[in-house]
Amino acid sequence: MVVDSFKFLPRSFRPLYEGRGPFPGEKEPVWAPFEKRLAESSFALLTSAGIYLKRSQPSFDLEHEQTHPDWGDPTWRAIPASAAAADIGVAHLHINDEDLLADPEIALPMHLLGQLASERIIGAPAAEHIAVMGFQDRRLTDWQQKTAPELVAHLRGQGADGLILAPA
Amino acid sequence: MPVLARWIEAAGIPTVIVTMMPSVAEERRAPRIVGVEFPFGHAFGMPLDRAMQRRTLELALRVLAGASGFGTRVDLDVEWPVPVREAYRAWQPKEPSPIVRKMLESRGTSSRP
Repeated sequence: MVVDSFKFLPRSFRPLYEGRGPFPGEKEPVWAPFEKRLAESSFALLTSAGIYLKRSQPSFDLEHEQTHPDWGDPTWRAIPASAAAADIGVAHLHINDEDLLADPEIALPMHLLGQLASERIIGAPAAEHIAVMGFQDRRLTDWQQKTAPELVAHLRGQGADGLILAPA
Repeated sequence: MPVLARWIEAAGIPTVIVTMMPSVAEERRAPRIVGVEFPFGHAFGMPLDRAMQRRTLELALRVLAGASGFGTRVDLDVEWPVPVREAYRAWQPKEPSPIVRKMLESRGTSSRP
């Protein structure tokens, strides 16, 4: 089957996404070959669901977004793979957070990834996964110049062989 | 997020994006794509449905490790087990997001899109 990319999107939103092509300067293929076996590899997860540790990390900045609707917080949070659902907060103005709070694995399946490691399907999960808030500034300047290099450095520090990204 | 995947891939770390909008990820030139026909906020499946979440995650791992070249897209053949109209309403925030509110105000209407 072929997924209908607009099945759950309000009809009026479709033109905002469809037919706009690549971002400027982002047309050429990019490719990093995956050369190891899954069972010898470490994987990290990245969600844009606005997840953070509610007792030890600041929330994403929703107040600024309320007054600047075109802006989205470009910061990120490192989420320990051991974090429990009860530790997780969600800061996101574009989705209903009830299911995310009930089961953060729907966006960041870090315990499931740990289960696959225990079954030796993969080598190991990263010690820390990544959460962003998802609503990206349309100019993307902060993301390109600051957030992305920080994430790359973090992933290298974790020894991640691959990254699974999941937009909210 | 496809462009974020591109930047991380360009730095030498292989990526796969699990997305409800795979055709958009293709347009934005993401290197590897897994399409899911799930409501927003639920990239890996239903809450507490570990079997569904596992099918999604295992497909993502297979595509990440096994795709033969740029632009590989594989869609997950799993139907969302909630009627579309109900699921469409359920994922949306209780209040319109600031950008949606701005769009609605610019159209001079208070109805939801």
